[in-house]
Amino acid sequence: METFDLSVVWAIIVAFAIIMYVLMDGFILGMGILFPFAPDEEARDTMMNTGAPIWDGNETWLVLGGTSLLGAFPLVYSILLPALYIGVFLMLAGLVFRGISFEFRFKAKGKNSRKRWNAAFAGGSMVVAFAQGAVVGAYIQGFETQDRVFTGGAFDWLTPFSVMTGLGMMAGFALLGATWVILKTEGHVQEWAYGISTKLLWIVIGVFALVSLWTPFIDQGVAERWFGNIQIIWILPALAMASAAALFFSLKRGRGKLPFFATMSMFIFTYLGLLVSRWPYVVPPDYTLWDAASAPSSQMFLLVGTLIVIPVILGYTGWAYWVFRGKVRPGEGYH
Amino acid sequence: MELDPLIISRLQFAFVISFHAIFPAFTIGLASFLALLYGLYFKTRNKAWELLAQFWTKVFAVVFGMGVVSGIVMSFQFGTNWSNFSQATANFIGPMLSYEVLTAFFLEAGFLGVLLFGRGRVSPGVHLFAAIMVAVGTLISTFWILSTNSWMHTPAGYEIREGTFYVTSWFEAIFNPSFPYRFLHMGLASFLAGGFVVAGVSAWFLLRGHEIEANRKALSMSLWLLLIAAPAQAVVGDFHGLNTLEHQPAKLAAIEAIWETDSAVPLALFAIPDQENQTNHFELSVPKLGSLILTHDPDGEIKGLSEWPRDEQPPVWFTFFGFRIMVGLGFLMIGFAVAGLILRKNGRIYTNHYFLQGLRLMSVAPFIALLAGWIVTETGRAPWLVYGVMSHAEGLTPSLTGGIALFTLLGYMGVYAVVFACGVYYLTKVIRLGMEEEKEQDETKDNHRPMRPMSASHASFDDDPSPARS
Ligand code: HDD
Ligand code: HEM
Ligand code: HEM
Repeated sequence: METFDLSVVWAIIVAFAIIMYVLMDGFILGMGILFPFAPDEEARDTMMNTGAPIWDGNETWLVLGGTSLLGAFPLVYSILLPALYIGVFLMLAGLVFRGISFEFRFKAKGKNSRKRWNAAFAGGSMVVAFAQGAVVGAYIQGFETQDRVFTGGAFDWLTPFSVMTGLGMMAGFALLGATWVILKTEGHVQEWAYGISTKLLWIVIGVFALVSLWTPFIDQGVAERWFGNIQIIWILPALAMASAAALFFSLKRGRGKLPFFATMSMFIFTYLGLLVSRWPYVVPPDYTLWDAASAPSSQMFLLVGTLIVIPVILGYTGWAYWVFRGKVRPGEGYH
Repeated sequence: MELDPLIISRLQFAFVISFHAIFPAFTIGLASFLALLYGLYFKTRNKAWELLAQFWTKVFAVVFGMGVVSGIVMSFQFGTNWSNFSQATANFIGPMLSYEVLTAFFLEAGFLGVLLFGRGRVSPGVHLFAAIMVAVGTLISTFWILSTNSWMHTPAGYEIREGTFYVTSWFEAIFNPSFPYRFLHMGLASFLAGGFVVAGVSAWFLLRGHEIEANRKALSMSLWLLLIAAPAQAVVGDFHGLNTLEHQPAKLAAIEAIWETDSAVPLALFAIPDQENQTNHFELSVPKLGSLILTHDPDGEIKGLSEWPRDEQPPVWFTFFGFRIMVGLGFLMIGFAVAGLILRKNGRIYTNHYFLQGLRLMSVAPFIALLAGWIVTETGRAPWLVYGVMSHAEGLTPSLTGGIALFTLLGYMGVYAVVFACGVYYLTKVIRLGMEEEKEQDETKDNHRPMRPMSASHASFDDDPSPARS
């Protein structure tokens, strides 16, 4: 009855969980990164208010990404986490501060403690974004392994390349955050977001170009994938560029919703491009997704529930967004 | 001196899980309480219920937030510090933790926003539904995580091929021998935690003469709950112990500090266990009681620790004293619950100064008992990670060095110290402020009060709340 390849199905599900996380927490992290640049405290309140009812659900996609790797591709989980040990710690510490700031910041009415929670929110978000970007870089570089365990050092992941992808991710998330602010606010906050989005777009395009040029030099396999004989994949960067163009013009015309969706589409195509660069290697350069897979019975046991539950999750998540739809006005919260 | 990554990783795991465990224990109990309060309000439209529900929602928001951020850390601990363990047991652990995320975490998180910020945006019925979903989510989460943990204590439904665990029966693995007891025991512990906090805070409000009607209701409710849960916990605990005797006899011997196998074993009430010399000092014990409790036969035989080589004996100090702290507090809780029943006649539970002060202090007791219980359970399985099959040392991440592990251990300690201090500081503020805000809001509801920035609660860190007006 082997009519479909379980591991491939799982690769798609895990990839889906990861991109969901990147998009959904990306814009909240992005608002954190932009926090210090916000025009005033009122704008910060408004930004925070757009995220408060949904951030927990968005962050949960990260947990799903982690546990479904453990469930479906344990080798990836048990090599990547030791290899990225310090980076993961930084990310987790950042997430802790970012997360508690939602509750604590609004209690801090005094100027100084306000400032401290602003800093915790912004600093936490920046560290998380950088660490996640660096993980992408480290992933492109590949990992040193032997007999299915990581054998490299604790700082292997930290290279000029991964630092650049880390900074790039910060810019990318900031762009997501800024376009989300355009979507959810009006007046002077929105105006500010339009302005900063345009600047960020140029930075993101710059980083995108740099990474694209640099990557083929990092790894032979990646270079062959792109400059070998599969031409169809060039459609992905082309679509990413098209999304960037759509973003540019929608910002110019002052459109309210399109910028956010265009930015998401940029992320999606770039992400797909990254995936095809390494497919089917999930622990580059040595292990493919089939090497990394857990037992078929475990993959199957989990698959049944996943296919039933994920649509339900998307349903009530969508409903929650709908409950909190519309613009958030300065000085005003949902209550 | 070479730093040992094994010891440091164990310390780290113990630290981060203990920190995390405090918050779920509280939120599991409190979530059900909230759902009940919103339900009562929905049915009776009595303002007192609404007042209570809104006040406890504010407390819930803070505790839940801390539970979430520390939980995220947990889901990566397995991979960072115990990667060999993760790889070997992933066929079971992976789907279990994934199901927890899918069926519990998303549910909690998805409806949390509506619970905290949805009032006025959704109808009271939908709001109640959100509260119920959050409560259900916490219980589902307890199910999966405790099944996973229990499987590590009493592994079942698996076979090992080339060092990897394969599940042969999902049913046997999920409902492994210690799971039903551990699930009930932890579930009750969570309700005790929620119950004692609600009772303690209500008692404090009553002592200060705040919101008498609402807080009397809350106190009375929580005391009924405790009257059931506290004795039930002792019964479940007893069965739990019998199960441990059957499946983890070394742990049980360590809990009771029994060194030699014997029949008609006494029960040590107090002793200073001496692992070095494999004996107890200053022992104060009741003859035959040990055998009676553990085998339900005064002459029953119990295996002593000397049956196991030294390096397979658990550290007796932790299990022995941890257990006594837990059980001692358990009986104290029963005492308070029963006292509540007696004082209930002619309403003295609401006025008796000593009782109310006592309840205030008891708010922390369930948390101490709970951590003590986990320490008993977890140190009692040493040196095993998966009981009898995989040791701590075998599960450790091979590439981990002592220095790096120490760095993150200190890092987590620093981060959590800040979070904990701020959390406690803030919670006391919320409680100080009490239910004043809700009342103000109610009074101005109709004239479109300017809404304040969104957060589930508005207590401020810095400016002192105005004194109570009652
Ligand atoms: C008996 C209960 C219990 C125990 C022993 C644990 N947890 Fe927990 N956990 C919960 C009960 C819970 C909860 C009640 O469901 C929480 C508390 C606050 C929350 O958001 O959900 C939670 C939160 C929570 C979250 C955040 C979920 C979210 O984003 O909403 C994660 C990732 C974990 N936990 C993971 C773990 C892991 C890996 C554990 C073991 C090593 C663990 N928890 C022990
Ligand atoms: C919720 C409350 C819990 C507390 C307070 C707790 C406490 C502890 C403690 C104190 C240790 C250290 C034992 C030692 O080093 O000898 C430990 C070990 C361990 N526990 Fe738990 N535990 C809890 C729940 C869980 C759960 C739910 C799981 C699994 C899903 C788990 C998995 C482990 C593992 C893998 C170890 C071995 C690593 C180590 O020894 O540090 N624990 N736990
Ligand atoms: C009053 C009588 C009690 C008895 C006889 C009792 C018995 C036990 C036993 C035998 C264990 C160890 C099980 C094992 O690992 O094999 C245990 C663990 C534990 N106890 Fe208790 N207990 C009592 C009260 C309490 C109370 C009041 C709390 C908290 C409010 C509590 C919380 C826990 C927790 C969290 C664990 C670890 C998880 C588990 O293994 O279930 N216990 N208890």
